[in-house]
Amino acid sequence: MLTILILAGKELRDGLRNRWVLGATLLLTVFALTLAFLGAAPTGTVKVAPLAVTIVSLSSLSIFLLPLIALLLSHDAIVGEAERGTLALLLAYPVARWQVVIGKFLGHVAILAFATLTGFGVAAAALSATEGAPEGADVSALPAFAVLLGSSVLLGAAFVAIGLLVSTLVRERSTAGGIAIGLWLGFVLIWDMALLGVLVTDQGRSVTGGVLDGLLLLNPTDAYRLLNLTGDNVGAFGGTAGLARQTALTPPALLAALLAWVALPLAAAVARFARRPV
Amino acid sequence: MTEPLITLSHVTMTFGRQVAVRDVSLALNSGECVGLVGHNGAGKSTLIKLMLGLIRPTGGHVHALGGDPAGAAAGRARVALGYLPENVAFQPAMTGAETLAFYARLKRQDVRGNAALLAKVGLEQAARRRVGTYSKGMRQRLGLAQALLGSPRALLLDEPTTGLDPAARQDFYALLRDLRDGGVGVLLSSHALAEMEGQVDRVVVMNAGHKVADGSLNDLRALAGTRPRLVVRLAGAPRAVVNVPDRWIGWRMICDDVLDIECDEADLPALMRTLPQEVIEVDIARPSLDDVYAAFLRGKAAARC
Repeated sequence: MLTILILAGKELRDGLRNRWVLGATLLLTVFALTLAFLGAAPTGTVKVAPLAVTIVSLSSLSIFLLPLIALLLSHDAIVGEAERGTLALLLAYPVARWQVVIGKFLGHVAILAFATLTGFGVAAAALSATEGAPEGADVSALPAFAVLLGSSVLLGAAFVAIGLLVSTLVRERSTAGGIAIGLWLGFVLIWDMALLGVLVTDQGRSVTGGVLDGLLLLNPTDAYRLLNLTGDNVGAFGGTAGLARQTALTPPALLAALLAWVALPLAAAVARFARRPV
Repeated sequence: MTEPLITLSHVTMTFGRQVAVRDVSLALNSGECVGLVGHNGAGKSTLIKLMLGLIRPTGGHVHALGGDPAGAAAGRARVALGYLPENVAFQPAMTGAETLAFYARLKRQDVRGNAALLAKVGLEQAARRRVGTYSKGMRQRLGLAQALLGSPRALLLDEPTTGLDPAARQDFYALLRDLRDGGVGVLLSSHALAEMEGQVDRVVVMNAGHKVADGSLNDLRALAGTRPRLVVRLAGAPRAVVNVPDRWIGWRMICDDVLDIECDEADLPALMRTLPQEVIEVDIARPSLDDVYAAFLRGKAAARC
């Protein structure tokens, strides 16, 4: 356990030193603040809880940014060390291979969690500081905000695990980078468009609600989106209320899907790395 | 006789269709400094990685510090092992002291001993600088410092002297001698046999995955069959050769007035006593270690044809 913490601490320190932590935190904070205030502006007159609106915009932001940051962090983790020549030395120490993978995973998730919690937390704090009047409405959105924070970290963790798996599979950093960008495009952009296209052409003949639910769970970003945009007082602003009413996916099921998206790639990365020649 | 620290028995290692190491057996004992010599691609690094358990042999057995280095219980054994990889690299954004502290923690060593270790390799001035600003030689010395963490019983050094200037190289070998005298088994690889003269107890020569020689440098000289040459310069040559041809049988004329002959070490004194008066200069050319090395590689190449 100590070894894993030492390795995770090393990743964290590297992240601090090469400005990854700073960059990711600043990026998320700036975007979150911008969205919080731009998103709150049109609803200001109708006295809607601004935090609820912000949750919608922030979750849309996370879907794009968190997977990208996570993949950029993790795709290099194993193959980069192998290419730089530091991996052989590390494995000559009293360190098991699975500890290397888990340690790097925890370190990267810690970096992402710090950036997410700081960025979104600052946005929420700034929002409640400027909005004096509708206190009651704001408090009701707090559980949803907590879900947003937690699921954002989980989404990041899922993509860190996916990136690590990529990193253990390939021989060159550039290959890992290409695959990471491809995965990001696929999961974040292409999947939903393809799904939409299928739904439109199919006209509900063979793609039933159950099949659609399954297809949504096959993409961690969709599980995340449904989890955050289908809350009672949030879904109405997210434009997904219609989908949310039809889907049979409950929050626990979505949470389980996200957890599986963390655990399965991570387990595959551990298994693959155990056999990787150095 | 105590058990060797590391034993390889009939080890073969193939990567795909390429055979990196073929049927190699060797042992590393406590208090012994062994040089592993061979071309690039001769299998030196592969042997070291096999000893570390980074790769598993395709055939044969590796036994290191009482167990299989690639086995489940190998983690504990690695505490007593120091490794310096070829072209050692570190995270450039960390300082030398931080880097060493990280590796010390992985070995569960007290970080307070690191300053002394950095001083030992001559890096105390640069400890607070980022590794990215280090020269090749400084990185090499930091690599040596991490290999010495936790007073290992066996040291595996892959081309440790590349990038070291001659003075640093002398210091490095002095350090190795101290360690060896303290009972550490040291294995160092190099592609130059000559620099190991006087520094190692035993040399293992690798060529194209085969072990072609294993012994002390003197043994190797004898085995290689390379003999000293006696070179003489004559005052009034080449007439001398014509005058008394019997006396010059076996000699070879290098240029107008210089002749040489190959002979056994034992015959040298007798040969020198019988040199004629015309000789005004005498030189003994002993085969350098590089000649010995080349002879081994040639011999092996011939044997395989």
